[in-house]
Amino acid sequence: MVETFAIYRRIVASRIRSQLQYRLSFALTVAGNVLLTSLDFAAILVLFGQVDALGEWTVEEVALLYGISCVSFALTDIAVGQLDQLPRMIREGEFDQILVRPLGSLLQVVSADLALRHLGRLLQGLIILGVALTHVEVDWTPGRAAMPLVAIVAGVAIFAGIWVAFSAIAFWLIDSQEVSNAFTYGGSFTAQYPVNIFGRWLRRLVIFVIPLAFVSYFPALYVLDKPDQLGLPSALQFASPAVAVAVAAAAWVVWTTAVRRYRSVGS
Amino acid sequence: MLRLGFELARRGYGRYAAYPGATWAGVFTNTFFGFLIAYTLLAVFEQRDAVGDYDARDAVTYTWLAQGMLMTIYLWGWFEVALRVRSGDVATDLQRPLDFQGYWLAQDLGRAAYHALFRGVPPFVLGALVFDVLVPGNPLVWLAFLASVTLAVVTSFAFRFLFNLAAFWLLDYRGAGVLAMVASTFFSGQIVPIAFFPHWLAVLAWALPFAAMVQAPIEIWLGHAEGLELLGLLALQAFWAGALLLLGRAVLAAGMRKLVIQGG
Amino acid sequence: MIELDGVEKTFSVRLKRGRLRRERREVRAVDGISFRVEPGELVGYVGPNGAGKSTTVKMLTGILVPSGGRVSVAGLDPARRRVELARRIGVVFGQRVQLWWDLPLRDSFELLRHIYRVPYDRWRANLDRFSEVLELEPFLETPVRQLSLGQRMRGELTAAMLHDPEILFLDEPTIGLDVVAKVRVREFLADVNRERSVTVLLTTHDLADIERLCSRLLIIDHGRVIYDGTIERLIDRYGEERTLVVDLEEPAPPLEVEGARVVRVEGPRQWLRFRRRDMTAAQLTSAVASRAPLVDLTVEEPDIEDVVRRIYAEGAV
Repeated sequence: MVETFAIYRRIVASRIRSQLQYRLSFALTVAGNVLLTSLDFAAILVLFGQVDALGEWTVEEVALLYGISCVSFALTDIAVGQLDQLPRMIREGEFDQILVRPLGSLLQVVSADLALRHLGRLLQGLIILGVALTHVEVDWTPGRAAMPLVAIVAGVAIFAGIWVAFSAIAFWLIDSQEVSNAFTYGGSFTAQYPVNIFGRWLRRLVIFVIPLAFVSYFPALYVLDKPDQLGLPSALQFASPAVAVAVAAAAWVVWTTAVRRYRSVGS
Repeated sequence: MLRLGFELARRGYGRYAAYPGATWAGVFTNTFFGFLIAYTLLAVFEQRDAVGDYDARDAVTYTWLAQGMLMTIYLWGWFEVALRVRSGDVATDLQRPLDFQGYWLAQDLGRAAYHALFRGVPPFVLGALVFDVLVPGNPLVWLAFLASVTLAVVTSFAFRFLFNLAAFWLLDYRGAGVLAMVASTFFSGQIVPIAFFPHWLAVLAWALPFAAMVQAPIEIWLGHAEGLELLGLLALQAFWAGALLLLGRAVLAAGMRKLVIQGG
Repeated sequence: MIELDGVEKTFSVRLKRGRLRRERREVRAVDGISFRVEPGELVGYVGPNGAGKSTTVKMLTGILVPSGGRVSVAGLDPARRRVELARRIGVVFGQRVQLWWDLPLRDSFELLRHIYRVPYDRWRANLDRFSEVLELEPFLETPVRQLSLGQRMRGELTAAMLHDPEILFLDEPTIGLDVVAKVRVREFLADVNRERSVTVLLTTHDLADIERLCSRLLIIDHGRVIYDGTIERLIDRYGEERTLVVDLEEPAPPLEVEGARVVRVEGPRQWLRFRRRDMTAAQLTSAVASRAPLVDLTVEEPDIEDVVRRIYAEGAV
């Protein structure tokens, strides 16, 4: 296991080195990425230009949701975003090459490259998270202070699990990989808003099926000491780590099943 | 000439029709995002009855139209010309007795037709099943809408074409395009209707060409522009379409000169 | 070392029949293949496109799981023990790149050292040796995407050998290479097989590769092995026609000899085609000599290509 991460680190280090060779282009790309990802928050600000609250969440509170979601997603994107290349890898035979090496296939896919430009989203997310944390009305306790961090770590696992599981669709339906975008990028968008504004079926989906609500919503309820308008048990506010583990486990099963099937059926 | 254009359009259509899997996956994604955005906008209307001349139904209709038009207009992500410039293939293209810009425009129109039918209509219909959306009763509005969408596609194409030409000068043309992507996504009203913008921002938005790509057709559909106003909107679109196309031709000529002098 | 026993691979293919209907068809890509390769052999694996060559190699390297039969490579079942087997084999796909595209060649080698857990000294020694033999020095620091096809292939071969694999699988390694590059690759493979006793399975369309390198040849068609043996025996048995090239003292009209036909005349030189089963070269020579004075002669054996082409066309032999 340790060896595995050592290898990951090395591959990533060479990628970083090769990307940093073009300093100016890199800086511009990151800057551009910051702007691009800020659009989501700009949209939120525009909405709050017209109202004081969305689903009874103030702008600072929504900013907290946004910050946690954004930072988690950015970290996940950096770690496993390469999964978007999976259909191309399968199509071009690169995945077969991966199977010939003495290393896990998932690890090889996600370490194939590292798009540093995603640091832009991370930067932007951290700024907004910071601003949110300093502006929300919270009775800070050690538990409440730790929760955003817990939420981010759990969030990364949840987003990563979703990303892995849905990317595995590429093994069945090569063309249709875009479906995973709905749940990865769409998931990130969902976690930026309070879950109670969504219609009932969507609420149920993001709480019980694709547990995006555990990335930001439930942890934020705890931090803000806000009553849950959905009337769900407050224990859920602490469930993020457990949910993260469950999602990761499920994703692992999906991936290994998908690869096994690929090896049976070819491409 | 027209015949050639039609053939090229058909080719453009066929290239995307060849991947039905991708199309349906795209419809799924559009639909999912449609739901997310619609709920978000509805949350605004819990607090107010109207924003500008938008009521809740307008806002939801807007959402589904915008999602449906996303691929039809194809605001960003299209780099075909840039790729050909990068690979050098553009030199052979430019030697053909075809108008280069016209060649790509015709194909794009074919593509837009396919996307309008298969990625525009389905999400809207699905959204209409769940939400209360506005559908115009007046056939003239439909006609105007179609004209407006066509102009929007042309405008968007002209803009994309311009940005692809950056490849003549820049190694990292994608990076340069990011700023344009940012601007076009936000100021076209793709994420939030321009009607929601604070006044100063809305003025800025309408001064840029992007509003002509997404917001304009939607305004027509919603009936927010009638009579003279409607014609004015169409004229604005036509203006931007023409201006960007001409600019594109000028930049292309400059790019060609560079190619000839430096060998690309 | 490599053992296949009644191996089968069936794919389920969905075909479009008209607008909407889909038909499911079973394609037997590999239909009962059995053969053994002993350690240290250098075997050629040849067949027309679609014969099942790549499918076989994929099953041998653990990429695909067989539908039936038994596969054993280096004593392991590739389907079950993929990772373990991967450490002991090297694979080169001619048309695909295993090296990291944007990184300098050297970086790829370094990464492989870690992936395959090769002790530094061993890795260093191998790299120096291959670097010398394949002349990699000039472009070790160049990103792989900037290399020419020949340079890349040399890099790929090195990459496949750095971890001292027991078996080397090659799929079209000389495709697209110029003559000089091809010779280099062949020499490298011959060296590696001879000096390090690496077992080599070479899949190729280039029969010159086979001629120069392989002692044994497997021909596969329609998912079955239709020939397994040496090249000499192949030509001997199935190379029907030979050619006697005679240099006459003086130019003469095409000679008329029973059982042979003149296929070409250039001045005093004539090419006579005859069938192995009809007469020996010696018999034809004396027949020719009795008709016209000979200065010199050579006997041309059938081209392996002609033989293989015939086999493809006629099916099992």
